[in-house]
Amino acid sequence: MTALTGARIGVITFPGTLDDRDAARAVRLAGAEAVALWHADADLQGVDAVVLPGGFSYGDYLRAGAISRFAPAMSAVVDAANGGMPVLGICNGFQILTEAHLLPGSMVKNDHLHFVCREQSLVVENASTAWTNQFEAGQRITIPLKNQDGQFVADEHVLDELEGEGRVVFRYDGWNPNGSRRDIAGISNARGNVVGLMPHPEHAVEAGFGPAGAEGPRAGTDGLTFFTSVLASLVSA
Amino acid sequence: MTAPASQAPSRPQLDTVENAAAHPDEAQPFGELGLKPDEYQRIKDILGRRPTAAELAMYSVMWSEHCSYKSSKVHLRTFGERVTDEMKEHLLVGIGENAGVVDIGDGWAVTFKVESHNHPSFVEPYQGAATGVGGIVRDIISMGARPVAIMDQLRFGDVNHPDTARVVHGVVSGVGGYGNSLGLPNIGGELVFDASYQGNPLVNALCVGVLRHEDIHLANASGIGNKVVLFGARTGGDGIGGASILASETFEDGVPAKRPSVQVGDPFMEKVLIECCLELYAAKVVEGIQDLGAAGISCATSELASNGDGGMHVDLDDVLLRDPTLNAGEILMSESQERMMAVVRPDKLEEFLAITSRWDVETAVIGEVNDSGRLTIDHHGQRIVDVDPRTVAHEGPVYHRPYARPAWQDALNASGTVAAGLARPTSGGELRETALTLLASPNLASKAWVTNQYDRFVQGNTALAQPDDGGVIRVDETTGLGVALATDANGRYGKLDPRTGAALALAEAYRNVATAGATPLAVTDCLNFGSPEDPDSMWQLVEAIEGLADACKELGVPVTGGNVSLYNGTGEPGQVDSSIHPTPVVGVLGVLDDVRTAVPSGWREAGLSVLILGVTRDELDGSAWADVVHRHLGGLPPRVDLAAEKALASVLVGARKAGTVTAAHDLSEGGLAQALLESSLRFGTGVSVSLEGLTARDGVDPFVALFSESTARVLVAVAPESEAALVAAAEGAGVPVLRLGVTGGSAVVVEGVFEVPLDEAREAFEGTLPRIFG
Repeated sequence: MTALTGARIGVITFPGTLDDRDAARAVRLAGAEAVALWHADADLQGVDAVVLPGGFSYGDYLRAGAISRFAPAMSAVVDAANGGMPVLGICNGFQILTEAHLLPGSMVKNDHLHFVCREQSLVVENASTAWTNQFEAGQRITIPLKNQDGQFVADEHVLDELEGEGRVVFRYDGWNPNGSRRDIAGISNARGNVVGLMPHPEHAVEAGFGPAGAEGPRAGTDGLTFFTSVLASLVSA
Repeated sequence: MTAPASQAPSRPQLDTVENAAAHPDEAQPFGELGLKPDEYQRIKDILGRRPTAAELAMYSVMWSEHCSYKSSKVHLRTFGERVTDEMKEHLLVGIGENAGVVDIGDGWAVTFKVESHNHPSFVEPYQGAATGVGGIVRDIISMGARPVAIMDQLRFGDVNHPDTARVVHGVVSGVGGYGNSLGLPNIGGELVFDASYQGNPLVNALCVGVLRHEDIHLANASGIGNKVVLFGARTGGDGIGGASILASETFEDGVPAKRPSVQVGDPFMEKVLIECCLELYAAKVVEGIQDLGAAGISCATSELASNGDGGMHVDLDDVLLRDPTLNAGEILMSESQERMMAVVRPDKLEEFLAITSRWDVETAVIGEVNDSGRLTIDHHGQRIVDVDPRTVAHEGPVYHRPYARPAWQDALNASGTVAAGLARPTSGGELRETALTLLASPNLASKAWVTNQYDRFVQGNTALAQPDDGGVIRVDETTGLGVALATDANGRYGKLDPRTGAALALAEAYRNVATAGATPLAVTDCLNFGSPEDPDSMWQLVEAIEGLADACKELGVPVTGGNVSLYNGTGEPGQVDSSIHPTPVVGVLGVLDDVRTAVPSGWREAGLSVLILGVTRDELDGSAWADVVHRHLGGLPPRVDLAAEKALASVLVGARKAGTVTAAHDLSEGGLAQALLESSLRFGTGVSVSLEGLTARDGVDPFVALFSESTARVLVAVAPESEAALVAAAEGAGVPVLRLGVTGGSAVVVEGVFEVPLDEAREAFEGTLPRIFG
């Protein structure tokens, strides 16, 4: 992690966001400065990248993410993303990105109708996005998954397009935990700067507190690579 | 919906204090509100007149069993009386506040409490469980702490009963739906099925919060002229009378007045409220704070006022309502969730309101602290309440309920597993079959079907969670300082001997905390019992309190707070099955200097030495074996040996600090066989053991060695190079230690007795709950 100091990554808090402090910790552990951003403030404070963390913004009482997309901060995020700034949406953040039309498709209730929390194995399908460039294509990683509305759905032609353009970034490995179309766990926009996924990389950044890893129980830190990837992409940009 | 207080004259004509004095003989529905005639008379004596409808509502909820502890109070004092100065060493706030606060060092403090929401969870399982979580979390926020984890202690009826699945599905999704939305990791709990809980499920929830010493907040209204502020959700018509009626009487056949609406939870509101309160604390704009739970505004105003300068005036017209047709009594009794009441200095009010507005939290100034010594409440410009708040909050009735050893107790104790002639397995094949049967039984099977519906990762500080023996949470990210929590209660032991059962619950929770490597510091308890008006149940309660208080003293860990839930029984009083098994849920909190060294309950590596600490006796009465194989409950529970538990804990904590223990799992329900299987299944690494040394040393046969539930025992796995150090430490502490075998392979092998491949074991262990509940 050389030459990465000085990068500032914003983490937006919406009412009902749960994983903002975890995302900020992940940013810090990757070597960058975490900047707390507030949903009602359109000023992104000049950050280099933005994370939309997980949670239940506005309780998910309407469609997940449907209210948060109207936050002043989101207008700024949409503009910045269209200008090429890296944006990562995790879980509820992914749902907000689809509602904001930065990513296609939508999430509906898990096919088994239960909330599911597990250590999820994923295949990295695209290792060239802003958030995955430090992985190898085809690499298997394990990060936690926890959601109620995690079933990714989209029209067949949208799914074909995502596949054809290499925009399926992650696929569930083994058991599909929510019935997502084509086992899709995460996708990107065409440019590769905006990535959304249901599992939680920010919960797999620190030995002792993540999923199982090669070194032992709770030792998995595969999630940290998301954040070192974006720092690498910022350096090379 | 019942609206007893609306039996007062129609709305425009309020039942004012003046009116009450002028019409002393007006009939009032005190009975329907759960008050006995003598209690009603006492209210009249206190006031020197009949109460107004609003006052009656307040007294009825605040003097209910749920709020006043009127049947248990005289006995609960025992906990305080048996606390020594030494036990108070780490105690910053003790019993009596919203929750106890414990010093864990480096300026950090932890507050924790377990509470019940049993009756509502039978009526409406989802909302009952959800609001149970919501309530305990608000207690923790009220102390000034950030909530950091929850646990749930669940007891349901027989898995095969047609009503059980309804309650299980509702409760589990309620705990999950609410807790997951708050961003609180669920780090463990209990799940028990037993026919005694049919119709009386137990839903207990524990929350733990973290704060700096200087951040402690208390529930008192001090400072004349300070504002009384109600914020959070609006006050609605849900849960009216819940506290009073649900907790006062058993359900009577179909009387609608006994079926009040259960509260409805809004976890999103609560999450916003958590963050909002923490910001208010950080800005130092809160003088005193109280959450609104049972008895709503009645409770919050009377408790805040009587804990502070003693006087408060409130204007009910300023309360923000969800339903404008609510009358004064309903507003005062409403148990609408996600509300808080703060006392704020006038010069801080603007800043307070700016913070609540930033979080879109509706806020209303509804009153003011004064020095009148009275709690006065106006509605539509007229005085409807004028009381001494202490008489409402603290000077309710106290009962010395009669209690006596049940007539059936001796017969129950006489019919132990030996006296009843229960056939014991002897051959290897029979023992193997027994081990697998127990492993697959609902109470011993994997709880993953439940825990996979709970978020255990959020906040990024979870070092251990279910299925480990204790949940472990990091408090300080720099040093790794953190806490371990475990809760336990074995209702079957409690039934056989409530005094010993309570001590055993403490012993097991204490042991589980130590097994994770933490030093036990403090206790919270939730006493779930039958009707206090049934001398049998009352005896069980008194015995359990005595047993728990004595055991706490012997182990040197004080009770810091908790909850009592009575009337958990629907049978005919005096019968052996009239109430639930006495279920004193005991939670123990321990501290670890570095949670990254916490010890998991299973082994990953091959080649580790497996040792057993403690002594195995022929103790099968009340055991899982007697229950699962023979459907039998009789005899006496295992012996409790607190000196042995203390010595064992010192060895385990020392071994964790010295790095000499890789895995540790306590032996409890299902005995050694269950522990060997669970520890192997934890990470998919088998074990090979011999029972010969154990059977010879302890004078027991292989069946007893495998299935006895003798206490003060733990299975540990250690690296070969650490074995001598651990053995020396155990021997130094007087803890018997014996090497059983070595980890490795893909089976649990008990040499010369049986072998169970892990795949087969896993299917038995993990298949049960999904098969039953899908």
